[in-house]
Amino acid sequence: MPFIPHSEQDIEQMLSVIGADSIDDLFDEIPANLRCAELTAIPSGMNEMEVSRLLHARAAQDGLPLCFLGAGAYEHHIPAAVWELTTRGEFYSAYTPYQAEASQGTLQLLYEFQTMMASLMGMDVSNASLYDGASALAEAVLMAVRANRKSKSRKILMPSTVNPIYRKVTDAIVKNQDIELIDVPFDPLTGQTDLKALAEFAGDDYAALVIPQPNFFGALDHVDAMTAWAADNKMLSIAVVNPMAMALLKPPGEWADIGVDIVCGEGQPLGAPLASGGPYFGFMCCKQKHVRQMPGRIIGRTTDLDGKQGFTLTLQAREQHIRRSKATSNICTNQGLLVTAASIYMSLLGPEGLKQVALNSHKNCQTLVQRLAQIDGVDVVFNGATFHECVLQLNTDAQQVIDDLARNHDILGGFNLSLDYSALTNCILVCATETRTLDDIERFASTLDALLNK
Amino acid sequence: MSNTPDDRKYVESHEWALLDNDGTIRVGITDHAQQALGDLVFVELPEVGQNVGKGDECSVVESVKAASDIYSPVSGEIIAVNDSLEDGPEAVNEAPYDDGWLFVIQPVDASELDELMDADAYQQSIDEE
Repeated sequence: MPFIPHSEQDIEQMLSVIGADSIDDLFDEIPANLRCAELTAIPSGMNEMEVSRLLHARAAQDGLPLCFLGAGAYEHHIPAAVWELTTRGEFYSAYTPYQAEASQGTLQLLYEFQTMMASLMGMDVSNASLYDGASALAEAVLMAVRANRKSKSRKILMPSTVNPIYRKVTDAIVKNQDIELIDVPFDPLTGQTDLKALAEFAGDDYAALVIPQPNFFGALDHVDAMTAWAADNKMLSIAVVNPMAMALLKPPGEWADIGVDIVCGEGQPLGAPLASGGPYFGFMCCKQKHVRQMPGRIIGRTTDLDGKQGFTLTLQAREQHIRRSKATSNICTNQGLLVTAASIYMSLLGPEGLKQVALNSHKNCQTLVQRLAQIDGVDVVFNGATFHECVLQLNTDAQQVIDDLARNHDILGGFNLSLDYSALTNCILVCATETRTLDDIERFASTLDALLNK
Repeated sequence: MSNTPDDRKYVESHEWALLDNDGTIRVGITDHAQQALGDLVFVELPEVGQNVGKGDECSVVESVKAASDIYSPVSGEIIAVNDSLEDGPEAVNEAPYDDGWLFVIQPVDASELDELMDADAYQQSIDEE
């Protein structure tokens, strides 16, 4: 059946049935000053040839910079098969399909994704994805407040070592539900969460503690101590992790032996290109006992009447189409296409391959930091262990150096931390993944040396 | 045809309330309610020690096709919950008036029970549905 929009006659007919004179009448309730009226900033239409030329020109502006920038999104090698398969027509949908059970292949893929994520995180269950890492943390906070029935508090302990963008997004989403995020400072020597400062919150009622691994400074945080401390103080624990790092490090399900309650994070490192910031996908796993408070779609495996394997949407009584205003899940869709890519990426690499990527990223970052630290005017700020990022202090205006590297040398030289951390004057966060070679590192180092010591 | 014993009181929202000899009130859902919901797969119980007002949501029963809130028929403190439902919610389907009870309230004022429906009135209300 072709898609034919309403004709003028259809519209007339419908208006007359409901007794309205015009479509504008239907919007009478909205005050005129709140209506945006004509969208004057939107240019007129272009044909395909013109659009193609315009977008190629725009894409070329990005260039192919040498990337030492991480801070939440990471350049990893993506095998060509990943997006070749992901963009096949059978998979090519951004959503969980409508009439979901008619699309067994898609459901099976989502089920496999959930299995891989639960295994990588050492957790009982996973959902079928969320929008991105920042909103996944916000959802985890909302979930913790619902799930921690022993707590009357709507306060969450949020270390300042959590990605500042995640903290801003989370605050924007949860503050209108009277949930408050309480800052926990970092240790200026190690860049880890300050355990002494954390201990001062003991005995007070908080719904949950957020535990980053690695944290925003790239540092490996006190995950065992923090998980145990949260449990001792009747708080739930929310891990926010880089999934790539979990191929190498102890997974959150094993922290302090008891494991955390909820794990969330950004899935981009698993097969999604940087692509100027998106689309990416968020993930979330939890303990079985919290599953009814978890947002997002969950795919289950079952057998049909003939005893054959089948896949189905499960635990739907949490969701908005059944629970309406009391739903614990108000995310009906998910990032299906990115999850497809991630599932194929993880399948191609396997557990050992993922571990190699994580290990090579770690080694390259060690090499990078050792090389950069030889430069006059560059100091390593923290003394703790790191994954594949590290904080360096420059002896001059960090933003100017970053801008100069990008504009004049096609190098993304790091993230300026002083914008979010007043104590970290002229500090930058640098990253190296498995994609950086010794030549890349030497090019960055010699360029930086020349800029700082001209 | 559902079963409505006349030893207890009923609420329009399909809970029953039974006054025990010790002055506490045991609460569950009616046979009619469990039939309408279908097979229960999960029961979320209140916390022991929680104070509830008459008509407050304090529990959720989830079946394969719906999730429904359970409202407290009287005001008081929750003093016991039926933990066996966590692993065996089907008890609510099998014996809604016995093993399938949900929680026990220490009422602030047991005379609140008098405001509820008796078995005949409840049976009539569901016959009219």
